This record gives sequence, structure tokens and C-alpha cells, in this order.
Amino acid sequence: MTLAFSGEEIASQVEEHLPGSIVDSSQDSLVVNSESWLAVATFLKDTPGLDFDYLTSITAVDYYDYFEMVYHLTSLKHNHSLVVKTRCYEREKPSLPSVVSLWRGADLQEREIYDLMGISFDGHPNLKRIFLWQGFQGHPLRKDYL
Amino acid sequence: MAIKTEPFVINVGPQHPSTHGVFRMRLTLDGEVIVDVEPVLGYLHRGIEKLAEGRTYTQNIPFTDRLDYLASMSNNLAYVLAVEKLAGIPVPERAEYLRVIIAELQRIASHLVGVGAFLNDCGAFMTPLLYMFREREKILDLFEMVCGQRLTYNYMRIGGVSHDIPAEFLPALDRFVTTMPGFIDEYDQLLAENEILLARAKGVGILPEELAINISASGPVLRGSGVRWDIRKADPYSVYDRLEFDIPTGSVGDCYDRYWVRIQEMRQSVRIIRQAVEQLPPGEVRTEVPHLLHPPVGEAYGHIEAPKGELGFYLVSDNSIAPYRFHVRAPTLINLTALRDMMIGWKVADAVAIFGSIDICLAEVDR
Repeated sequence: MTLAFSGEEIASQVEEHLPGSIVDSSQDSLVVNSESWLAVATFLKDTPGLDFDYLTSITAVDYYDYFEMVYHLTSLKHNHSLVVKTRCYEREKPSLPSVVSLWRGADLQEREIYDLMGISFDGHPNLKRIFLWQGFQGHPLRKDYL
Repeated sequence: MAIKTEPFVINVGPQHPSTHGVFRMRLTLDGEVIVDVEPVLGYLHRGIEKLAEGRTYTQNIPFTDRLDYLASMSNNLAYVLAVEKLAGIPVPERAEYLRVIIAELQRIASHLVGVGAFLNDCGAFMTPLLYMFREREKILDLFEMVCGQRLTYNYMRIGGVSHDIPAEFLPALDRFVTTMPGFIDEYDQLLAENEILLARAKGVGILPEELAINISASGPVLRGSGVRWDIRKADPYSVYDRLEFDIPTGSVGDCYDRYWVRIQEMRQSVRIIRQAVEQLPPGEVRTEVPHLLHPPVGEAYGHIEAPKGELGFYLVSDNSIAPYRFHVRAPTLINLTALRDMMIGWKVADAVAIFGSIDICLAEVDR
């Protein structure tokens, strides 16, 4: 990477356009309010100079109190990268906006997270289990699944 | 009078010779033309991410061998890079060079299988594949010399590699590097202008550049569509920044371009190995690390340009002996997102060739 943006730099830019969307920021990542996530994602993708046109990877981590989604974004145009996180505090029926409309590369990855971590994604075109069979009980990657 | 037609659903796989493992597609056809594709995955799901959360950092290295088993060395490398980043472990220079040499040999081996299997799917049955297995065998012999294994190597270790190379390795590598360009020329001679290949691959299964980026394609699939993007250049790891090589890219994004990119990448790999052998310094091959590693609380994403695309490991540590979260960014799973776009509108016979040109490994897709 010629430049890995610091979370703080981007946070101030985002906060200017979308006040109240940033929860926390650190040197290497930025945490976004889950309600504003889709707007922030659109901003990151379409703003000239940022141009995060490539969604490298999506991960979900179960911290018991909340689920944390981790998005690794890259700009192939400028060769820089950023880690964005968003949290979901609901455990029974966790749900977050889908980013398939922005980056279609999220399609199979969001299905995987739905399958193994049990987070559903609003706006996903084909949200169903991908590795386990339909009718499987539970979500194995959750920490309380044994 | 218009003839009434009905779409017809055909099931391909999971047990089918052209699916390279246990992959299943539900093709919806209108006559011979594909109107919809639905990949059905999970037949080889072993829950590696969950299993890894219950094992120590070192015990997880053999699991990575069992992701893309045609490129185990690359998987080892990506994982140990992520752990080293997480725990801040330095790697001796000699080990870095050995890693590069081994990873590039692995790239050649993986591309040989990928291209050979693709040609099989195109109808050049078995002959090209066996030619390519001839050279792959020599690479496996080299790997056997360094670690005693031919498929699941477990060679890269946190902080270096498991053993230094034996005395007979470098002369054998030299013989391989000297002869390999001639073999690649031979493939080119047999295949580049081959009627079967041209008819089955040129202009078939086009993936436009913009779409390739949007669906997060990586590796030869992305580069075949004309995007000059390679992690070895974009975010150099090990000692790739000291080595000279080019990134071959396609122009159209059809099956032929993906095939062509793989052939050219083999030439570049030979070039990289030559330079790495020349620069190979003496010294240690492994930093001493504690048997039970406790990385500080935090997270790390380590990624490499594996033969099939960007392979990344996202690790979260809670300062215990096992990773709190172990996620694999599997290149071939994400490349499969493009399958539907590439197949729609083509004939059912092309489906096999298009699928073959992505070069997937189901053990990595399903994990």
C-alpha cells in the first residue's frame, strides 16, 4: 500500500458530511454507527480521493456483548486501504444493512456470515444459508455455540 | 405460430468430473442456452474457522494446508504472515528468501494444475494435463526435499521456516529453473494457437473490468480482465520489493485471457526464483518463538497474492494461546461471485469451460 489511511483522518472527513455517524476511531480502523453504515459506505466508495472501489474482505466477530462486522476496503485506483467496523448489539435477531448494492463482492461473504454467525443483512438479494443445509439449527461461529 | 418453450433445470455435480471437487450448480436452460446459474456450496465444509479457535497458533498451520491443497505452501505463508504481524515477530532474511522461492514454486505448481484442468474441461482431454503434471512432479520433489511432504507441507513456521534447505536442493532447483522456460514454450507451442482452445475460450465467459473490481475478484481472474493489481506489488510482503517482475494482464477478460495470464505468471515466477536464488543470504532460518504464543490483544490482517487470488487471514487475539477469531478470506469463494455473470447467455457446454477458467479449489471455498 502506498498509503494506509488512518482511521482518524477518514473519521473527520466522514463526520463532516454525515454528522453523528462515527462512534470511534483509532489509528488503524474506524467504527461506524450501524444506522449510518450504508450512507458512510456510499460516501467512502464515491468520494473522489477516497474511491474505495474494492471490498477486500468482510468478517464478523462475536464479542458476546455485540457482534462486530469488519470491512477491509481497498482502492485499486489510489492503492490505499482502510478497515471499517460496525457493531450490532442485538443478539436474538441481529440485523445490519447489506452492502451488496455497492460492492457485489459482498454477496457470498454476507451469506457466509448469515449462515455461520446468524446476522441477517437487509437488502441482500438472496440471503440464505450457504455452507450448512437449510434447516440447520444454530450458528456455529458464535461463541456460545459448542 | 410461436413455439411454446419452457425453462429446464439441470443439476451439475456435486459428483461430476468437471466440477474439480464437490461443487454443484443448478443451471436453468432455455434449450441449450443458460438463463440462470445457482452455485450450491458446502459439501466440503469442515468448519475450519471454528476448529482453529480451539487450537494454538502453531497447531493451526496444518489446517491451512488443508484449505487450497494445491497451494498449501502459499496458505502456510499467508497464515504465518498474519500471526507475525499480530505478535510482532521478526523473520530472518534467509527465511524470507526461502519463503519467496517456495511460494513461487507453488504458484507454478498450482497454475500447472489449473491450466491443465481447464484444458481438460475445454476438450483437450488428459494430454495437456499429463504434460503439466510432469513438471509439477519436479516441484513436488523439491518440496519433499525441504520438508518431507508432497501435499500438505506444514513448512512455513511462525518466525521462519521449519528447516533450512538440504545441500541437494539448490542444484535440483537450478536444473528446474533452467528447463522450465523451455517447457512453458512447449505448452505455448502446443496450445496458444490450438484450434480447440481458441474455439472454446476466445471471447467466451467475458468478465468486464468494472464488474471484476465490483465483485472483488482477485488473482488471474481480476488480471485477466485487464486490472493491473497484484498484492506482491501493491503491498509487498517478504522480499518481493527487492525482486523484479512484471504483472501480466489480459485485455478482454475472457477464458483465454485468464488462461494466458496463468501461463505468463509461470514465466514471471521462474524469473523471481532466479533472482531470489542469486540474492539468497546465509544465516538462520527461524526466529525462536515461545512454544505457546500469547500475542497481545489486537487484530491483524495478513494477505498474500496466492496462485488463485488474494488470500488473507484475519486474526483477533485476546492474549490467550488460541486465536479468538480466525477468518480466511478465500479467493476462490469470492471469485465464484462472478460465475453467474460469466455464464448467462452461453451454451451449456461452455459452462464447463467458464467454470474451469476460474480455477477453484473446493477445500478453500467451503473450508
